[in-house]
Amino acid sequence: MATSKIYLYPVWIRIWHVINALMFILLLLTGISLHYSGSGFNLIGFEASVGIHNVCALILTFNYGVYVIGNMVTKNGKYYRKWRKNLVPKLWKQFVFYAVGIFRNEPHPFPITKKQKFNPLQKVAYVFAMYFGMPLLIISGIALMVPDLIGYKVFNVSGLIFYDVLHIIVGFVLSVFLLIHLYTCTLGDKPGTLFKSMVNGYHEEHK
Amino acid sequence: MKKTPTTILIALLLTFSFILNAQQEDTAKLKSVYFEVNDYVEDNEGCLKCHGEQKFKLEDAFGRTVTEHMCPDRFVDRDKYYSSVHKSFSCTDCHSYDLFEFPHPLEARIEEKMICMDCHGYDESYAQYHFETIEVEFQESIHNIDEFSCWKCHDPHSYKAFMRNADDIEAAVLYDNEMCLSCHANFSQFMVLTDRGEINLVESHDWLPNQVAHFRSVRCIECHTEINDSILIAHKIMPKTEAVKNCTECHSRDSHLMHTLYKFQVKEDRKAGFANAIILNNSYVIGANQNIVLNWLSLLVFGLTFLVILFHTVMRIIKLKDK
Ligand code: HEC
Ligand code: HEC
Ligand code: HEC
Ligand code: HEC
Ligand code: HEC
Ligand code: HEC
Ligand code: HEC
Ligand code: HEM
Ligand code: HEM
Repeated sequence: MATSKIYLYPVWIRIWHVINALMFILLLLTGISLHYSGSGFNLIGFEASVGIHNVCALILTFNYGVYVIGNMVTKNGKYYRKWRKNLVPKLWKQFVFYAVGIFRNEPHPFPITKKQKFNPLQKVAYVFAMYFGMPLLIISGIALMVPDLIGYKVFNVSGLIFYDVLHIIVGFVLSVFLLIHLYTCTLGDKPGTLFKSMVNGYHEEHK
Repeated sequence: MKKTPTTILIALLLTFSFILNAQQEDTAKLKSVYFEVNDYVEDNEGCLKCHGEQKFKLEDAFGRTVTEHMCPDRFVDRDKYYSSVHKSFSCTDCHSYDLFEFPHPLEARIEEKMICMDCHGYDESYAQYHFETIEVEFQESIHNIDEFSCWKCHDPHSYKAFMRNADDIEAAVLYDNEMCLSCHANFSQFMVLTDRGEINLVESHDWLPNQVAHFRSVRCIECHTEINDSILIAHKIMPKTEAVKNCTECHSRDSHLMHTLYKFQVKEDRKAGFANAIILNNSYVIGANQNIVLNWLSLLVFGLTFLVILFHTVMRIIKLKDK
């Protein structure tokens, strides 16, 4: 059995990713504490949560800028393009693999190569999370942070409601993304393989 | 121009709007509304010719005059006076007739003023205001010091029962907070009553983030009084050590605000699945306004995702053993 190694995760994306993951988890924990404040879910105190949430939010926002610019100026960006081509049949193929094929030891329908880092399902999930979810989360979060930026009242109701509910919904959808993301990252060669890639940058596969 | 029905209509509308405009603009010093609410408007001018103006004229027996500035502390705004709760009063209902003399005689100035209880206490027609309970609360409050009276917060010439009649909570919050700020943001008023040094409110509340947003949507008395469900406005202002500092008192499902600011409106709870929905008309208070529908929905989706993952994992483990 030969082991093939491809260098897929440049240093900058690994650094970005670890900061992103840490901040996200802190934001999630403090966000839940804010939302369920005063009840059993209030893991961290309200006051501390506000402080941590605000600091992490700023770091995450800055880090997101790094990600967007990084993917504009480096080759890593190409992995996110053309995600709409033949989308439905490709997604279906990948889905059937996860639902059935994977248990029959069938080969991956979209093997990872230097040209194709993500399978179609991954690609769509990452594009949606990073280019739709994150911007919405950040915009609504900033609106909550600096309420004077937004009209104080929308339809004679506090404009905060709109941004707050939006913020909660997007935050929630991205948390579900995180859950699935974590799980699909165990679907590599061995459960730990993909995590190792994110540490040393090399994708490993036994042929 | 031809006299078509349309031009006639337009002409009519124009004249009509002129008439309406003319009625709205009451630029006279003594507006007609004053006479509608008060029978002593002319008498009051005996005082307001000086106290209702920025400057006034003094005249001696020889007809010599001098113009002087009316100090803002002694200024009585006519519009505010004639829309206050005591709008129907003449000045001399509360003040001595001797004040028509100028310079005002010392006796008339030091004269003890009537207090709210003298007229409103134990009076059935004002029972809804609970003056008696308020009186007790005031006596227990931190402001019960020499020369402090109800009038210090309830400006005798402009006070309105604002909160009780408010549709706009934001305006009511502003009104009530200005009552406190007339001393707590104005040292020249504050120091008349105490020898304490100046209190900088921004500094003493710097533990509170988003201060501007907070002071715009909650009143000082939310944090500084003891909750009393039998009166609309709690009056027992506590020492600063007993003020609400714990964020979750408001930012939680069982929000303090429902017992204070929004106490008369709480029945309207749960609009579109939001807890404490009444607050939404004015603010969104994190923690207090959780959407119950969304809360359950999110738990459901999380649960389902988790189940699918669990199932998938179990299947993988089984298949791994089969190999
Ligand atoms: C000629 C102008 C003039 C007229 C008329 C006048 N005042 Fe005054 N009043 C003053 C001025 C000036 C002061 C402040 C200077 C002073 O204290 O003498 C004052 C002070 C006062 C004070 C404050 C006293 C204190 O110790 O704080 C009261 C109360 C008062 N006036 C009530 C009235 C009433 C009521 C009337 C009508 C019955 C009236 N005044 C008519 C000019 C006038
Ligand atoms: C409901 C009773 C009441 C009426 C009516 C009333 N006053 Fe007063 N006024 C007071 C009281 C009480 C004070 C003392 C306020 C304090 O202790 O701070 C006062 C104080 C004043 C002062 C001193 C400065 C100040 O504002 O504290 C002036 C000037 C004054 N009144 C003028 C007038 C004039 C002019 C009118 C009529 C237009 C009038 N008042 C009507 C109760 C009244
Ligand atoms: C000199 C007697 C007198 C004093 C002192 C007095 N009031 Fe009044 N008040 C009245 C009268 C009379 C009315 C009714 C006026 C009207 O209907 O036009 C009234 C009306 C009111 C109202 C409106 C009641 C309603 O249902 O319309 C409120 C609130 C009120 N007063 C509060 C106070 C407060 C607070 C104080 C003390 C800071 C006070 N009053 C001092 C005589 C007084
Ligand atoms: C420290 C300031 C302060 C003092 C002192 C004070 N009040 Fe008040 N009071 C307020 C505020 C603030 C409100 C709310 C005003 C509004 O209606 O928006 C209020 C409202 C009221 C109301 C209307 C309540 C209702 O149900 O609509 C009454 C009556 C009243 N006060 C009576 C008194 C009496 C009587 C005293 C003296 C024994 C007194 N107040 C002293 C601040 C004060
Ligand atoms: C007429 C001026 C005046 C008004 C109006 C006023 N205050 Fe005060 N306040 C004072 C003075 C003077 C003191 C200091 C009393 C002392 O000497 O201890 C004080 C003290 C306090 C304290 C206690 C601080 C401590 O050290 O414990 C609090 C809290 C407070 N005020 C809140 C309020 C609130 C809330 C309102 C409005 C509902 C209000 N005040 C309206 C004059 C005022
Ligand atoms: C969110 C709750 C909250 C609100 C709203 C609030 N306060 Fe306070 N305030 C406090 C607490 C808690 C303290 C005690 C701070 C400390 O321990 O240092 C305090 C302290 C004070 C003091 C004493 C400060 C000193 O250094 O002696 C005054 C006076 C005061 N507040 C007045 C006001 C006034 C006036 C308003 C309205 C404009 C207001 N507060 C609104 C919670 C609040
Ligand atoms: C007296 C009740 C009360 C207390 C106590 C209180 N808050 Fe608030 N808070 C509110 C209200 C009401 C709003 C909504 C403001 C608005 O509508 O703009 C708010 C808004 C906020 C916001 C802005 C959120 C947004 O949507 O932009 C933050 C952050 C916040 N509070 C944090 C805190 C912290 C931290 C504490 C404790 C140190 C605290 N609050 C204590 C009533 C309170
Ligand atoms: C990454 C995931 C994030 C999650 C899961 C999340 C979740 C939440 C939740 C649940 C709340 C409480 C709202 C309520 O219950 O009403 C909240 C509040 C808030 N969020 Fe986030 N959030 C995230 C990211 C961000 C970002 C990126 C920003 C800003 C750029 C931000 C800014 C805020 C602000 C300002 C508040 C109001 C409370 C405060 O000032 O701390 N959040 N968030
Ligand atoms: C503890 C949390 C996390 C862990 C352990 C983790 C793990 C991994 C692993 C192993 C990979 C490489 C495999 C792959 O490319 O699919 C990866 C890639 C990726 N993850 Fe995560 N992740 C976490 C959180 C997050 C979060 C919160 C986000 C976004 C909101 C995210 C976004 C991404 C993206 C966009 C990639 C692809 C990056 C690229 O190569 O361009 N991850 N993650």
